[in-house]
Amino acid sequence: MVDPLAQGVRDGEPRAIARAITLVEEGGPEGLALLAALAGVVGRAHRVGVTGPPGVGKSTLVAALARAWRTAGRRVGIVAVDPTSPFTGGALLGDRVRMGAHFGDPGVFIRSLASRGAQGGVSLATHDVADVLDAGGFDPVVVETVGVGQGEVAIAGVADTVVVVVAPGHGDGVQAMKGGVLEAADLVVVNQADRDGAEGLAAELRAAIELRETGVRPPVLLATATKGTGVEALRDAIDGHRRGLEAPPGDGALRGTGGGADLVGRRASRAEARIRDAVDRARSAAFWSGRAAALAGWVELVVGGRATVAEAASRLVEDPPPAPPRRPPEPRP
Amino acid sequence: MSPVPTAPAVPRPIRVLVAKAGLDGHDRGAKVVASALRDAGFEVIYTGLRQTPEMIAEAALQEDVDVVGLSIHSGAHMTLFPRVVALLRERGLGHVVVTGGGIIPPADAKALEAVGVGRLFGPGTPTRDLVEYLRSTVAERRAARAAGPVR
Ligand SMILES: Nc1nc2c(ncn2[C@@H]2O[C@H](COP(=O)(O)OP(=O)(O)OP(=O)(O)O)[C@@H](O)[C@H]2O)c(=O)[nH]1
Ligand SMILES: [Mg+2]
Repeated sequence: MVDPLAQGVRDGEPRAIARAITLVEEGGPEGLALLAALAGVVGRAHRVGVTGPPGVGKSTLVAALARAWRTAGRRVGIVAVDPTSPFTGGALLGDRVRMGAHFGDPGVFIRSLASRGAQGGVSLATHDVADVLDAGGFDPVVVETVGVGQGEVAIAGVADTVVVVVAPGHGDGVQAMKGGVLEAADLVVVNQADRDGAEGLAAELRAAIELRETGVRPPVLLATATKGTGVEALRDAIDGHRRGLEAPPGDGALRGTGGGADLVGRRASRAEARIRDAVDRARSAAFWSGRAAALAGWVELVVGGRATVAEAASRLVEDPPPAPPRRPPEPRP
Repeated sequence: MSPVPTAPAVPRPIRVLVAKAGLDGHDRGAKVVASALRDAGFEVIYTGLRQTPEMIAEAALQEDVDVVGLSIHSGAHMTLFPRVVALLRERGLGHVVVTGGGIIPPADAKALEAVGVGRLFGPGTPTRDLVEYLRSTVAERRAARAAGPVR
């Protein structure tokens, strides 16, 4: 039996796609069955990741890019992630505010996601949500991450092409070079090029990139998202990057390091990471079930200075579950 | 063999689209409500100013929300609310709770309720009332939707 919802997604039916995204985001049995039913038609879309510090203009730029792709006749899927409050579990998802021009265009499907506790700028379900849009015939599928600072580069695991957006006045070039956000870039965009300091920032970034001894040297482009300046060139550079990933090696095409030299390699390392991640989470959940009391016992000992974290961890791993610490270790002198 | 979830199964937070309909130009009230709902643990999609009913219905569809909250201060509530309700139904989204605020006379609120608009909240209503109303109404509608033939 063909799941009618999966069929609706394959047919590009917006309501089916919207409902399907809800189910896969929830991660329950229905969502898993749906992903299985869609597996054969996932993988056609170009996955584009857009990341960078808060407020540099990612959403505005994604909206402008969507317009440029629409002009070229493409149907664009957008997944926009904003942070979940760790205190209340609620989220204020505001990326749509910058994308108003597309509301009502059936060729642009925008879905706002809350990070729901995940680190690195995307929620755990982001891949799966992008898969649904891919299966629904949207190409490219663009993922805008939470505004990220240093060292948060989970986007590299979601995208074929990673676009890192920076802007003058949002930290200098050196800050942008720290922590590996730029290392994940296939393309760097200095947005807000209408503001003072954009040219200088671009020059600084290009100089730093030139000094790299290994890896790719991503091109640095300038754009003014609010006016649409530089956006067509960026669209063409993103499309060109994808073509470069598909071309056979040795042709001098633009390439990145995002986990593989070509599209197949990148997608293989992405699949590997997703499988490892799913296994880790499943094993972790299985491990902790039934060990709450043991954990609480060790917490008490560690807080009381009578055991170290390492001792607690190794005893928890070694003891058969459910085994509360029967014999606390000798208090240390 | 049961498949390993790729994302942890979490209870789905209530999703609310908050929009400012009509042509008047400030959205302080809508932002205050949006923040209060976030603090109550909801996922709030904020779409900004000057939304037409068509834009609101289309965004509600793509975002698969439980609730559409409209802030209307232009006096056009008697046309905008019914239009949003009608457009949602046209898209098969009859389960979406349409609520909102503004200065709406009780007689108007009654008339709007008759065409499928949910409870409306005047200025100064504690947000706790709105939160409680949405929690209970969305729980009912989700249950009805899960039991019904159409997802
Ligand atoms: N001057 C200027 N302002 C811009 C440009 N692009 C975006 N902005 C403004 O920058 C602000 C932030 O834009 P967003 O698109 O929301 O930025 P963002 O990176 O998506 O922000 P977060 O998602 O919150 O991290 C808005 O006020 C935009 O209007 C630009 O090219 N020039
Ligand atoms: Mg944004």
